[in-house]
Amino acid sequence: MNIFVLLKRTFDTEEKITIAKGAINEDGAEFIINPYDEYAVEEAIQLRDNHGGEVTVVTVGNEEAEKQLRTALAMGADKAVLINTEDDLESGDQFTTAKILAQYLEDKEADIILAGNVAIDSGSGQVGPRVADLLDIPYVTTITKLEISGETVTVVRDVEGDSETIETKLPVLVTAQQGLNEPRYPSLPGIMKAKKKPLEELELDDLDLDEDEVEAKTKVVEIFLPPTKEAGRVLEGELDSQVKELVSLLHKEAKVI
Amino acid sequence: MGKKVTVLGEVRDGALRNVSFEGVAAARKIAEDGEVVAVLLGSSVKDLVQEMIVAGADRAVVVEDEQLAGYTSDGYAQAFLAVVEKETPDAIIVGHTALGKDLSPKIASKLNCGLVSDAVGVEVEGGNVVFTRPIYSGKAFEKKIVTDGIIFASIRPNNIPPLERDASRTGEVTEVSAEIKDLRTIVREVAKKATQGVDLSEAKVIVAGGRGVKSEDGFEPLQELADLLGGAVGASRGACDAEYCDYSLQIGQTGKVVTPDLYIACGISGAIQHLAGMSNSKVIVAINKDPEANIFKVADYGIVGDLFEVVPLLVEEFKSLLVEA
Repeated sequence: MNIFVLLKRTFDTEEKITIAKGAINEDGAEFIINPYDEYAVEEAIQLRDNHGGEVTVVTVGNEEAEKQLRTALAMGADKAVLINTEDDLESGDQFTTAKILAQYLEDKEADIILAGNVAIDSGSGQVGPRVADLLDIPYVTTITKLEISGETVTVVRDVEGDSETIETKLPVLVTAQQGLNEPRYPSLPGIMKAKKKPLEELELDDLDLDEDEVEAKTKVVEIFLPPTKEAGRVLEGELDSQVKELVSLLHKEAKVI
Repeated sequence: MGKKVTVLGEVRDGALRNVSFEGVAAARKIAEDGEVVAVLLGSSVKDLVQEMIVAGADRAVVVEDEQLAGYTSDGYAQAFLAVVEKETPDAIIVGHTALGKDLSPKIASKLNCGLVSDAVGVEVEGGNVVFTRPIYSGKAFEKKIVTDGIIFASIRPNNIPPLERDASRTGEVTEVSAEIKDLRTIVREVAKKATQGVDLSEAKVIVAGGRGVKSEDGFEPLQELADLLGGAVGASRGACDAEYCDYSLQIGQTGKVVTPDLYIACGISGAIQHLAGMSNSKVIVAINKDPEANIFKVADYGIVGDLFEVVPLLVEEFKSLLVEA
């Protein structure tokens, strides 16, 4: 099988967010593979191990994303592709990323494309379905189970807690939800091997794309932090009276009941 | 100049979800003195259109087809695009629900337009429609505009208040026919796992349990409190991992993001991943034995104590309050 994974480099979940010069401050922050994309990488490796073929991980970003691609290779992916837009694009949005990925994938004859259902930084969840639409293939989002038998694909999809069993055919794009699998940690031999695996770097030119063709259709006009919350009130006294006080506060002060 | 805004009403189990009415309110704001057109898709949804008009829409468009009885991205996109072609709206609003998240990027791609996902606020400022949306799991926010083409956004449930219902409102209802064909995904089975009753993502009150709940049975007092307040029960990842409850209840970075009016955290330590799913709740109450628990840092009100003592007392106290009211 010809398997592709769409991967994004994101902030580590635990990082404290600060703002500098109107943008999220990235100085000194730890970066990781977007956690949902990790599920996609793991599933891709398992698919290859069961069905044969090759796993290629693809990202759109700058050369710093090489680290996350190497991590995916160390997990067991076979090849990596970095579409480096640093010199060409000042900013982009989900339209931009999807357009670039679709252009790259167009002639690759992918059997299946896997991605995370959402990135934990920008949180849009658009790129997967957009890429599928541009490639004119079906997609299923937020999947927790994947089975492929011949051309038939059976997936279980998480729909706000309910599960839908969906049948479709290859080629298909799926986006991973938590629960799909337990992503492996890269092993030491895996890390050594990853250094020698192919990592191709492309620019928009290589994909015959002009900057205008991928120009963002949305624009961020301001970034701000939520107002810091005042320290809450921890109630005191006998438990009985604390509970009475709490109910009264919720009713009279907070007015939520 | 006013805009024409179409807003998708989302039908589940034969009723409109609240986010549909919140969408009408968002659309109304964007439309200014223009027109808000509700769109309903399904096999039998005509009876619900009046609800959208009462909620503030000027008129409604319905696409009915047997093949729209259940959601598929292909079927719903074909139907919605047939409406867009006929109405040529300036803006589109859908809910940022499982359905909206799945459908909206496909429609945006087909219309070759931008999409602002997961908006929690909308304002018209100097002629621009400015959406506010959380980023980095709610640790920051951005204001975003659409610079090219149709203005398209999905809105997070429970954030944009619906307008006051006006039962006297009337509006024209038209039917659009769409050719629904070549559906490439087939839904074979739907297993309802989510708790019956109040939907977690739209609940006004959530009572959530963590590891401190200790067992499946430990959720019973929480359920009782939630039922009493017309709310829903949620859980931290810890409680799900420990198999005290189903993952469908999980609130957090992985799991659901919720913004109820009242969030009561019982025996939840307050890991940063959990806070990402609930810290924007309007009022947070923490009940935990450990006075150092992180959850107290985001709580408006805290009680240091055993949830198995506190929650039953709360039930009694709320009961007497509700009797008085």
